[in-house]
Amino acid sequence: MALLEVRDLTVQFRRRGEEPFTAVDGVSFDVDPGQTIGLVGESGCGKSVTSLAIMGLLPRKGNQVTGSVRFEDTELLSLSQSQMRDRRGRDLGMVFQDPLSSLNPVVSIGLQVTEVLERHRGMARKAAMVEATELLDKVGIPDPGRRLSEYPHQLSGGMRQRALIAMALACRPRLLIADEPTTALDVTIQAQILALLKELVTDTGTALIMITHDLGVVAGLCDEVNVLYGGRVVERAARHELFAEPRHPYTHGLLASIPRLDAPRGEKLVPIKGSVADNIPWDGACAFAPRCPNALDTCTQVTPEQESLANRLLRCHNPVEVTA
Amino acid sequence: MLRYTVRRLGQLVLVVLVLSLLIFAWLHSLPGGPVSALLGERATPESTRALTIQLGLDQPIFVQYWKFLLRALSGDFGVSLGVQPGASVVDVFLTRFPATIELSVCAIILAIVFGIPLGYLAARRRGGWFDNLSIGASLIGVAVPVFFLAFLLKYIFAVKLGILPSLGRQDAIDATRVTGFFVLDGLLTQEWDASLNALKHLILPSIALATIPFAVIFRITRAAVLDVQDEDYVRTAESKGLTTRVIRARHVLRNAMLPVVTTIGLQTGALLAGAVLTEGVFNFPGVGDALATGFRQHDYPMLEMLVLVAAIVYVLVNLLVDLSYALIDPRVRAK
Amino acid sequence: MTITSRKARIDKLAENGDAGVSLVASAWRRLRRSPVFLVGAAIIVAFVLIALLSPLLAPHDPSATLLLDQVSKAQNKIPDPQPGYPLGGDDQGRDFLSRLLIGSQQTLMVGVLATLFGLAGGLVLGTLAGALSGWVDTVVMRIVDVMLSIPSILLAVSIAALFVHPNQYTVIVAVAIVQIPVFARLLRGSMLAQRASDHVLAARALGVKPGAIVFRHMLPNSLSPVIVQATIVLATSIIDAAALSFLGLGNPDDSVPEWGSMLGRSQGLLDSHPELSFWPACCIIVVALGFTLCGESLRDALDPKNRR
Repeated sequence: MALLEVRDLTVQFRRRGEEPFTAVDGVSFDVDPGQTIGLVGESGCGKSVTSLAIMGLLPRKGNQVTGSVRFEDTELLSLSQSQMRDRRGRDLGMVFQDPLSSLNPVVSIGLQVTEVLERHRGMARKAAMVEATELLDKVGIPDPGRRLSEYPHQLSGGMRQRALIAMALACRPRLLIADEPTTALDVTIQAQILALLKELVTDTGTALIMITHDLGVVAGLCDEVNVLYGGRVVERAARHELFAEPRHPYTHGLLASIPRLDAPRGEKLVPIKGSVADNIPWDGACAFAPRCPNALDTCTQVTPEQESLANRLLRCHNPVEVTA
Repeated sequence: MLRYTVRRLGQLVLVVLVLSLLIFAWLHSLPGGPVSALLGERATPESTRALTIQLGLDQPIFVQYWKFLLRALSGDFGVSLGVQPGASVVDVFLTRFPATIELSVCAIILAIVFGIPLGYLAARRRGGWFDNLSIGASLIGVAVPVFFLAFLLKYIFAVKLGILPSLGRQDAIDATRVTGFFVLDGLLTQEWDASLNALKHLILPSIALATIPFAVIFRITRAAVLDVQDEDYVRTAESKGLTTRVIRARHVLRNAMLPVVTTIGLQTGALLAGAVLTEGVFNFPGVGDALATGFRQHDYPMLEMLVLVAAIVYVLVNLLVDLSYALIDPRVRAK
Repeated sequence: MTITSRKARIDKLAENGDAGVSLVASAWRRLRRSPVFLVGAAIIVAFVLIALLSPLLAPHDPSATLLLDQVSKAQNKIPDPQPGYPLGGDDQGRDFLSRLLIGSQQTLMVGVLATLFGLAGGLVLGTLAGALSGWVDTVVMRIVDVMLSIPSILLAVSIAALFVHPNQYTVIVAVAIVQIPVFARLLRGSMLAQRASDHVLAARALGVKPGAIVFRHMLPNSLSPVIVQATIVLATSIIDAAALSFLGLGNPDDSVPEWGSMLGRSQGLLDSHPELSFWPACCIIVVALGFTLCGESLRDALDPKNRR
């Protein structure tokens, strides 16, 4: 049985005086225990909103969340705020994009780690401090005893992200959501953090939802990949299938726009033309149609439905042909 | 931290020196200068020259400044001419200073006790009727001239309704003086009615004095809470499932207090200015009243000391604010 | 449905989140919709109109002691409202309504001139400090800090006391000088932020002359907090001028009326004739509120954080 079942998750932003905007439009996926899945797409595709909706972190005011998010046997969307508070940090952990702004600048690292332990595991400050030292050690922060009394501005970017990971994993949650955890870091540090995440989830059997716009991150980490476009899943496949044969033109475009070392000299990169601003609504069309190289007339007239193929889910009228 | 404090105290000495020079220069360029101020209408050429020599005003200006500095350091600021003619300026100051301190403390406590919670509430209910109402009230509060507000309060609560005393620090009752702080004196000597009476006299002036600091603290708190609420680290704290209480106290308020603390410091300084305008209205015998009277009656020795002390207090309060800022913000402490 | 009609719909959606509209344009668009700004602007427009038209509106000469026979110092009596004099007279027997109307002129002048002087002084000092770092910056900022270390009313009072023959211009100068350090600090702060910004770096890299960088790139972009402050100073300078009058350091000649000095002078009569203070106070409060409302909504509108 799946650890997390997301069904038809829809998030609508309703602001006064503006037309409602559907940021996430009927997204469904499963996460099995210990599995790592990726949510991939460019900014504005709804991947971060999906994660915030699962965590119950979207402000209630102005946002309408419908569908179903089942965690084990619990429907998370129907939990009260305080019940959800009990879950967050204990069963579900989250790591955010910018480690500097995600840490409270005026509270010591130690307290920011121990407050989770005190809250969910009922530990006393002293015992929590011992545990926190171990946690920081485990995420690879050197001299953890000293770091506990330091403040975020005294740590390097990589160290901050390690500290945030330690906080998210402090209560051994069964699901960790990492929202672009490496985007704000140097390339060399990025690889270290990814290796650390991989090691930790394998060791503890934690399931991981990796949210990224970087297919390179997905390639090294995820068992299954969901490609999101305009708030919907347009293609889902196991990692190898997706990279070997991208079928959706968008996925294909994403892969083609990555520079490859093994590409022949002089081969051109093919960017996806246009930007998210060119999207059209899903009702009665494919949102990607204006930017799609494969677009047909039907693409602007009929909404593509999600189809189950042999090894993947696909939402496209005119998918890329298998080359091999 | 210690080095920071010492360095700031060094700066303070420098500022005070510059200020004393300015005040000295200022006093000497006042219309007519100290001689005609001292002699007033009775000035004759002979008496003017005699007094000029007596006061050492015929000497080079830097010699005069040096002497002024020496006198000031030994606590001799001369004799009051108008506020309490004949009394030593320092004595007048010492009897009046506790009154103003008592009043200012009351006012700033009022401003903080109402400003911070209301600012926080307004931010939590952003855009609601409470938010709009209190913003409107704070804007009007800043637009009302302080002395007019003082008169209005006196007129309504003391003259028309008669529920609060309108003048002075205490009624003519038998009270023992210990510290010069009347409320405190009553508590120390267990003369409760004296304490209560002094407190009643403080209500109206401190409300008048607290209006502007309240309005400013309210708005800064509101803005700071709104800013901090949207910060990423508050979302992190939420993602850790912390209780609302911990999130509010540790993650929202602690950060939102940083700009508020600075504001409180600046407003404490502004209280003294407010005292100049309100104490007179309530016949409240404090430093502010002495300053206002001093200007009206050209009591230059009095002004000399009071302006210097006012500036020192202002700078000291801001030093304290910066130090407490360093206590809550580790980023400042590190520097 | 065709793509074009759909795109038109999206364009309309996107307009709410306007990408790439200039700061001034978007500020103006938000101002026009802000009720706070509209109320403030209406008050200011009415105030300026009254000031301009007051010679036509005032029923009497504001300095003529027409009702002197009804004034009695001994019985503490001033003229009551009567036909032709809807608000009665003041303690010198002059028509109170006319004085209030004509008073708007001097009040407007005090506010505008004090703000302009303060602004000009602050601009010079702030630009010097912000453009030329090093010792100029240090010296200017030390002066500014010392001025700021004296509570503002006290500074204004000290300056006002320096003049042998106080008149309305000495009041303006005293109120204006107090504002100089505030403007200077504000401008320097935002110019320093500009100096570190990428577009100034880019201009420097392209070899733009230092003077042009300061006046074309740094100064214009640093002005918005200064403009907001100026709007608010328009309000505070009127209030400060009233405080100077109240302390007896204002213009001793009250034949030409000004709200601040009308309020300051009438405090002694408050117990017996509260209306003499009440009317000028109301005028000052409403006008100060108008400028403050405008300043606040301007601040919100120009804050890049609020752009949406």
